[in-house]
Amino acid sequence: MIPAEFEYVAPTSVEEAVRALTEAGEDAKVLAGGQSLIPVLRMRLAAPNVVVDLSNLSELTGVRDDGDSLLIGAMTTHYEVQRDHLVHDHARLLALATDEVADPQVRHRGTFGGALAHADPAGDLPAPALAMDATMVIVGPGGRREVPASEFFVDYFTTVLEPNDVLVDIRVPKLTGWSAHYEKFNRVAQAWSIVAVAAAVRVVDGTIAEARVALTNMGPTPVRAHGVEEALVGQPATAGSITAAAARAAEGTNPTTDGNADAEFRSHLARVLTGRALTTAVGA
Amino acid sequence: MTATAEPEIGRARLRKEDARLITGDTRWTDNIQMAGMLHMAVLRSPMAHAKITSIDVSAAAAMPGVLLVLTGDDVAEEQGSLPCAWPITEDMLAPPAPSLAVGEVNFAGEGVAVVIARSDHEAHDALAAIDVEYDELPVVLDMKAALADGADLVHPDLGTNKSATWVFDSAEAGTGSDVDRAIADAEVVVTRTFRQQRLIPAFMEPRSVVVDPGGGSITMWSATQVPHILRWMLSAVLGIPEHKVRVIAPDVGGGFGGKLQVTPEEVLTLLVARRLGKPVKWTESRTESMLSAHHGRDQVQELTITARRDGTVTGLKVDLLADMGAYLRLVTPGVPILGAFMFNAIYKFPAYRFTCVNVFTNKVPTDAYRGAGRPEATFAIERMMDELAVELGMEPMELRRKNWIEHEEFPFTTVCGLTYDSGNYEAATDRAMELFGYDELRREQAARRESGDPVQLGIGISTFTEMCGLAPSRVLGSLRYGAGGWEHAAIRMLPTGKVELITGTSPHGQGHETAWSQIVADRLGVPFEDVEVLHGDTQSSHKGMDSYGSRSLAVGGTAIVLAADKVLAKARTLAAHLMECSESDVDFSSGRFSVRGTGTSTALTDVVLAAHVAHNLPDGMEPGMDAESTFDPTNFSFPHGTHLCATEVDTETGAVKIRSYVCVDDIGEVVNPLIVEGQVHGGLAQGIAQALFEEAVHDESGTLTTATLADYLVPTAADLPHFTTDRTVTPADSNPLGVKGVGEAGTIASTPAVVNAVIDAVRHLGVEDIEMPCTPMRVWKAVHRGRERGVPTTPVAAGGLGSIDAQGGAE
Repeated sequence: MIPAEFEYVAPTSVEEAVRALTEAGEDAKVLAGGQSLIPVLRMRLAAPNVVVDLSNLSELTGVRDDGDSLLIGAMTTHYEVQRDHLVHDHARLLALATDEVADPQVRHRGTFGGALAHADPAGDLPAPALAMDATMVIVGPGGRREVPASEFFVDYFTTVLEPNDVLVDIRVPKLTGWSAHYEKFNRVAQAWSIVAVAAAVRVVDGTIAEARVALTNMGPTPVRAHGVEEALVGQPATAGSITAAAARAAEGTNPTTDGNADAEFRSHLARVLTGRALTTAVGA
Repeated sequence: MTATAEPEIGRARLRKEDARLITGDTRWTDNIQMAGMLHMAVLRSPMAHAKITSIDVSAAAAMPGVLLVLTGDDVAEEQGSLPCAWPITEDMLAPPAPSLAVGEVNFAGEGVAVVIARSDHEAHDALAAIDVEYDELPVVLDMKAALADGADLVHPDLGTNKSATWVFDSAEAGTGSDVDRAIADAEVVVTRTFRQQRLIPAFMEPRSVVVDPGGGSITMWSATQVPHILRWMLSAVLGIPEHKVRVIAPDVGGGFGGKLQVTPEEVLTLLVARRLGKPVKWTESRTESMLSAHHGRDQVQELTITARRDGTVTGLKVDLLADMGAYLRLVTPGVPILGAFMFNAIYKFPAYRFTCVNVFTNKVPTDAYRGAGRPEATFAIERMMDELAVELGMEPMELRRKNWIEHEEFPFTTVCGLTYDSGNYEAATDRAMELFGYDELRREQAARRESGDPVQLGIGISTFTEMCGLAPSRVLGSLRYGAGGWEHAAIRMLPTGKVELITGTSPHGQGHETAWSQIVADRLGVPFEDVEVLHGDTQSSHKGMDSYGSRSLAVGGTAIVLAADKVLAKARTLAAHLMECSESDVDFSSGRFSVRGTGTSTALTDVVLAAHVAHNLPDGMEPGMDAESTFDPTNFSFPHGTHLCATEVDTETGAVKIRSYVCVDDIGEVVNPLIVEGQVHGGLAQGIAQALFEEAVHDESGTLTTATLADYLVPTAADLPHFTTDRTVTPADSNPLGVKGVGEAGTIASTPAVVNAVIDAVRHLGVEDIEMPCTPMRVWKAVHRGRERGVPTTPVAAGGLGSIDAQGGAE
């Protein structure tokens, strides 16, 4: 089907983008790759008056080394993230999760920032961002601010972004040398996650020194599995301690029920997949 | 058979139509542009059952670019009732089937108004401005509830939700004994109920119609698989003289039975084009297609099988409920009846009774979908054979061997009265088991059970047959089908020796242009490249019954052979005349006539030219070398095969992975092995899709919740295993090519092989059935509640655009 009519703006600077969004008010939508927005427009599930396309903002693409962290431009495509050597070396969890996003066509058009701002609970990138304690760098009419992932995701498809905010960078603290895995469960290859688990652990001399675990689609926002993390730290990186820790994966979650999985099955999957993610990560 | 140096039949040629299809260098219906062409959009009911209390179109009619807005009341007289060509019983109940709802809607997705505008987007913009008020009526969704006393009614005027009851009883027909007696006398009785979920054909090219009403007659282009039937039915429904209607099916991108239809939109596009005197186009969106194009399957099947303790089957009783949806479309009522003759399958049942009750619900009408009746039958009997094997403690393949028709017993008349002409179930099965490594997989299965491996292995069998090549007109008539089963072909021998073949079949992805060229080239000894196949236009291809039911080769291909033989017969007479010899001394080989025992010869092309110029013809011979033939088969064809599937079932997550899939099909002789391979792969994908992935789900209000391809899970290559395919060749006796048909075999055979394998993997955990599709949640719940018996089921929608609710709206 054909989208309802809208005005199209393609600013060449972030300031211009913020200005355009401010002028358009509540009825504007940011186009940041279009892998979710375009289908929604075509199905006429949304009918914004103005679409502000960020694809001309080359300053928002690419991965930069910023000391203890990486700065990933919001308009960096999934394909670029997947192939970036800095991401590979310092944010392996993100590279692995990005591998699981949809299909190659989508990964060539969709962007990291677009996926985070869209905040689909079944999307694959919010959970790794949360697990890695990423920070969102946001520019709005009042200037630049940074919001941690733990505060960025508010509800289904809802973030702290105001209608005239632009997500410009994602700051990802380096987890150099950590083991990681993203365990995704779905029914067909290119689909969203029914449940997925993002796990990163730092193992020192066979003992788990630090652990980060976050869950995809176990609630309206990505959820940090703090209980699992607590149970892992200080334990040997063995199957036994992983199984014990994974049993706590569904604690504090609020999974939805849909045709693919009811809440009971999702909670069960969270435990099983957490065990598998950790096992694969540490090679136990 | 005459032949070129290298026989064309049997050659794995690349398809000649693919270059234009793959590169887009073709005209799909939606690509057609005409000067002054207008666009139609359809407003569809969001309600499954409601009275329409008012429709206000004034705002829509005033919108930019809008020429006309019509409601059901505006076309009530003119639109007639959509045709149902298969009244299965004399007392079948059929409600009027309007193209645009008049006064009430009976399924969500039914058209209530149309907008015609200068552009597609203006037409769609105006839809939003139409104000319809509905008064909701009770929604009927469940077939059993629909038949209960005091049930809410889909069509109150009919007084019941039951459309028809159709019965075949072998004792009454004299083709077998009494099944009640068999049950009473049985040593072993097994009864099971299976659910055939509702499926959506999901062809890739959405439906599209263009109508040009200019020049005193009407030309319709439609993405249809039945241009000839469509022309006939349009004329019958709308009262337009048939000779004033031309229907063209240009290149059509898939059908799977989903385009075997006379659609509301075809009628409406024609009506508005005629009213406005301008060409009009309608093309659907994907969601519109899923909401309103006919669906497939949707049956509840209760089977009782009886046997002796030694495994010999003694009787089979089948009771079906078949969901018609809200209306009877072209062959809706007949689809389950096509399965009536296939539940007994390859087995020697002495007693059989089949009863089918067709039921109305407030859902999209069902109709033909790849296999149409036969996948349902094959699924049920192959699942039952596994259940019976468990009950008897027999190896499931041994049980089948004990009961199937042996090679020496052909031709074999079944308990339904069909005569299977040929087959060799032993050969196909032996080959399949060898390729599969059956015994080794059974050993691995035992080891995994022993060790309590969280990933269990299951082996599924499907030893199927099907009836296709639809088929003898007399038999179709006896089943009250409204048309014949013959097919037509004409050959035009052009003066330069090139050949135009006109076929009444209507390809929509099958590769007829290639295969038909091979048959003609082989028969006439002309180069493959010199044959052009004309199809799908009722003006050039004036006579035909179109493509469905794996009929095109077995019936249409035979018509080609007969037409070619007529060309050759006449050419031989003329060749003898030209070479001044007796016709009986003329041999034909590789496109040349030669006088036996001499060096004299002449090419067919020279004979054709001589016939064309007509300077020197025998007395009484007409000029030209064209010929045509219409073939009406005397029997169906009966492809068969053995499909074996090994699944790995993850008992911790319920995930099913197909570890290996082997099929050995016997489809008789093969014209093009590459096309056959493609048909088998596609068929397997579609059958596996029913087993594991696809399901049309309605919520309690009757809204289809799987109306996008993100919710309705059509698997891709990434979700499917490598297929090991092979063939045995037992030629069909019913046609001169010895072919049987392959369009539906993979779909018919594969579903039970996969489900049997899933159940086999977890049966030792107390599971005896899992509803299709066997989703991870259903499998996991079956395993974890298996011992309690009776696994609860939940409708499955796949979650949509991520978490976006396609029905509601994204934030």
